[in-house]
Amino acid sequence: MARRSLWLHPAAKPLLFLLCLAPLAWLIAAAATDRLGANPAEALIRGLGDWSLRGLCLTLTVTPLRVLSGQPALARFRRMLGLFSFFYASLHLLAYGWLDMGLELGDIGRDILKRPFILMGFVAWLLLLPLALTSFNRAIKALGAARWQRLHRAVYVLSLIALAHFIWMRAGKNNFAEPALYGAILGLLLGWRLWRAWERRKA
Amino acid sequence: LPGAKSTVAGAMSLDKLTRYEDASSYNNFYEFGTDKSDPARTAGSLKPRPWTVTVEGEVGKPGSFDLDQLLKLSPMEERIYRLRCVEGWSMVIPWVGYSLAELIKRVEPNSRAKYVEFISLADRSQMPGLRSGVLDWPYTEGLRIDEAMHPLSLLAFGMYGEVLPNQNGAPVRLVLPWKYGFKSAKSIVKIRFVEKQPVSSWTRAAASEYGFYSNVNPQVDHPRWSQASERRIGEDGLFAKKRPTLMFNGYAEQVASLYAGMDLKKFY
Repeated sequence: MARRSLWLHPAAKPLLFLLCLAPLAWLIAAAATDRLGANPAEALIRGLGDWSLRGLCLTLTVTPLRVLSGQPALARFRRMLGLFSFFYASLHLLAYGWLDMGLELGDIGRDILKRPFILMGFVAWLLLLPLALTSFNRAIKALGAARWQRLHRAVYVLSLIALAHFIWMRAGKNNFAEPALYGAILGLLLGWRLWRAWERRKA
Repeated sequence: LPGAKSTVAGAMSLDKLTRYEDASSYNNFYEFGTDKSDPARTAGSLKPRPWTVTVEGEVGKPGSFDLDQLLKLSPMEERIYRLRCVEGWSMVIPWVGYSLAELIKRVEPNSRAKYVEFISLADRSQMPGLRSGVLDWPYTEGLRIDEAMHPLSLLAFGMYGEVLPNQNGAPVRLVLPWKYGFKSAKSIVKIRFVEKQPVSSWTRAAASEYGFYSNVNPQVDHPRWSQASERRIGEDGLFAKKRPTLMFNGYAEQVASLYAGMDLKKFY
């Protein structure tokens, strides 16, 4: 009982909001004080990418956590986490286009076609976009709950595409330890949903 | 490790030097991990002394040189070279060493010595990165003999007036300023003179991406990215445009004749 009231506390959402901004604040502070290493542009782009993937994982953790812990109030944080992962993905894309490509749209287009892993990342962002745009209550009403939910199941596919983007990026160095960790987390989160759907069908 | 200013043509770039902290903390040296911050963190386990370089193959005077012999073999020169990594970034580093040709002349290659192969240390107890299967160890690189004899080909023992930090390839490495950085083998333990073109580690890992020559060339893209421009570490600010990459990394005047008549798209 005490814990449930904690999730419903009026400060809970603002607190989460600030928590979600913390990685960005850290990256900006580090960039401003020259603490991002020898190649700050690369560190910034990668840091933003890391946080969009982490945001996706956190968003996908809400439902399993809510069900397994019997804390329905946790659902109220899902939208904010999802929007933050979109926010970081957009900054990641912007940082790549600006810091790496100098905002030359022609170069960006050619680069996306030349590097499949960038195409993957771009597709994941494109799929995230309609979810972010329909995250408001009015949009849910306009779409109807069932259609809205079907649309938002795209998050399962796009999180796998985002993971593929990360794996492919690291493939150049045959360095798969970190992508494997995210793969295991996503596998667990999506596997739990598959298992539950299977159990429901049986029942 | 002091060195007199080099008089070799092209050996003293006037570009602004990269900060020592950047040049010694942002390294590709996979024997110590694949992240560029790994070598500075983990290369403390490398023991650069005692060190022996074995010279073998098609030479009149094969043998082993210990580090002190190598250090005394020829006067040390300081050379300021641009370094262009195949990944699209660059640095400007003052190296200390002497032309590789000085060593080659001493071992008297015979007429069958068409190529030179360079083999890096591969010791699991000193190099934590060897546990990963990123590349076939030991790291192997190669040059045509005329490339190896070119006065710009540097056998380096130091940088910024100091002995080489472990993460930069201590105690002895190559520096080939007109080629992508990975051609410049680090922590060399063996130099072999051979008749047939050797297969380098990166060519073995991905032949379509990393050719034997790997000369810096803005017109020949890596299959997965453009090579037309580069980011100068520490100098091109966060929002600065990348600078155009120069043919042979700006050393065309000195080295282009080595490749006269060759199709550089084919021999990439």
